[in-house]
Amino acid sequence: MKKLDRHGYLFIAPFWIVFLIFSIYPVALTFYYSFTNYTGAEGEQLVGLANYTRLLGDTYFIEAFFNTIKIWGLNFLLQIGGALLLALLFSDLQLKLKGLAFFRATFYLPNLITISSVALLFGILLDWQHGSLNMMLMKIGIISDPINWLTQPVTAQISVSLILTWMWLGHSFIVVMAGVSGISKDYFEAALIDGATRWQIFSRITLPLLKPILLYIMITSLIGGLQLFDLPMLITDGVGAPDGALNTMVLYLYNQAFKYNNYGYAAAVAYGLFAITLVFSIIVFKGMFRKERSPKGA
Amino acid sequence: MERNAEARRIVPQTEEQPDRSERPLKLTPPKQKKAWFGKSLIYVGLIALTIACIIPFLMMIINATRSNEEVLSGFSLIPGNSLAENYAALSSYVNIWSGFKNSLIIAVLVTVLSGYFSAMTAFGFAFYQFKGKNVLFVFMLVMMMIPGQLGLIGFYELSKNLGLLDSFIPLIVPAIASPFTVFFVRQYLQTVMHPSLIEAARMDGASEMRIFHTIALPMMMPAIATMSIFTFIGSWNNYIMPLVLLFSPEKYTLPVLMGFLKGSQVAENLGSLYLGIAISVVPIMIAFLFLSKYIVSSISAGAVKE
Repeated sequence: MKKLDRHGYLFIAPFWIVFLIFSIYPVALTFYYSFTNYTGAEGEQLVGLANYTRLLGDTYFIEAFFNTIKIWGLNFLLQIGGALLLALLFSDLQLKLKGLAFFRATFYLPNLITISSVALLFGILLDWQHGSLNMMLMKIGIISDPINWLTQPVTAQISVSLILTWMWLGHSFIVVMAGVSGISKDYFEAALIDGATRWQIFSRITLPLLKPILLYIMITSLIGGLQLFDLPMLITDGVGAPDGALNTMVLYLYNQAFKYNNYGYAAAVAYGLFAITLVFSIIVFKGMFRKERSPKGA
Repeated sequence: MERNAEARRIVPQTEEQPDRSERPLKLTPPKQKKAWFGKSLIYVGLIALTIACIIPFLMMIINATRSNEEVLSGFSLIPGNSLAENYAALSSYVNIWSGFKNSLIIAVLVTVLSGYFSAMTAFGFAFYQFKGKNVLFVFMLVMMMIPGQLGLIGFYELSKNLGLLDSFIPLIVPAIASPFTVFFVRQYLQTVMHPSLIEAARMDGASEMRIFHTIALPMMMPAIATMSIFTFIGSWNNYIMPLVLLFSPEKYTLPVLMGFLKGSQVAENLGSLYLGIAISVVPIMIAFLFLSKYIVSSISAGAVKE
């Protein structure tokens, strides 16, 4: 048996060779660069913690952090709230809604589209002067003057949040729905017979049982959200305008590295982002576990 | 499994299960009219949401058939007749189909490599006892948590030093190491395949490689198919990596090409720009029409497995 078990190494060898070269080595190399003043040319020098001290006092990075949190936060609330609401409606035993497959597929559709197409599409649909959205809203009579969707800081952030919600609501809905359908119908029926209200069923049965799924959505959405890049990059041509309101952390990283050739500093930005992601993940985990002990539910 | 256990704790088993036949009667509330009204309201909301999901695409398709002047002049739900001109204007600037082809080549190879090698790794982890196995597996799980952007700069430098910039290789080969797929497939394999099956095949004189290819791989197929959908979509939509690594326009993937469309001359003709976007979107929508059932169940499976 000993000899056969050595085959295990052979089976996992391709994975580990590629993993070492293309995943672990780049992460380690980035870590090394974060302590240097590397600019893309040979002969970088070690600068100690200079990049990290600079990062802590970098108002652009701090601003990018808050922008990312704001954009992600609004999107997350809408996304998870919407997904929960939809899942509750479709799992409600009294309502017996029809067309789950159709709605689920339609709501998911935007998630499948290449994000650069989405950005380009909304970039022109939301255009102040020639955008179809303003034109349509004015034609219906909801607004009388065109709205500067993408050129005012607050509306630009809200627009990006809403586009993200548009893209991800269907995905979250499918995931939450998968969780809800995993709960035995007997619990809901028993609760109904006992005269429980919708809210009681939701807060005492559905929500506690959905905790693992919600944790999964939160963590994946958090990691993805903190890395928000494509949409702001494409909508603002990488500038992060208006007033830097769409400058996110990864956009800042990208510009520092590939626009200004500050590879060393950009590497520190990457690790700063990693630290932030780690802290937030721990907060989410802790928060979820604390709730589990309190009798109130959520 | 765990969830059900938890559920059983919360809802006591004793006071459930009334007579099955009379249940519908009990569940139907007496306020029929009000319920009917609420239900229609919900459907209206759902249809509004459906429209919100579809209308950007609808505007895109309609505007793709209208001339620049028509698009500028206002919103309309009636298609124009400038589709041919728009296509001519678009294809004189960029070759959208080459972006399509590049994305397709990369996504297919990524999906195949990731599926095959993840299955192999999962098999190795699941059915052999070797030194350091658990350490390696835990290490892989830890690395899975690390966001992709962390190694971006190192990855770029590595590709530069290997002479792989402006090539598809760094976009394809790393797919051999897909920790999440390995994790998912291994979990699946442990539930569907019993070690005695391998023992039996060994008795019959099959080599380890042959066991993997003829017995294990087919059994893993459902899990691989599930993950393949994610892998394919992920590769197809990947933007930052090809943006950083590719320089020649003829090598651009579709997302990168679309990104550059905005700054190009095409953007001067909004009809052509809409058409360009439509070409990048419509094939995916058509594919989705046929595959939506599988995609939805993949997402569900991926989440519940967690």
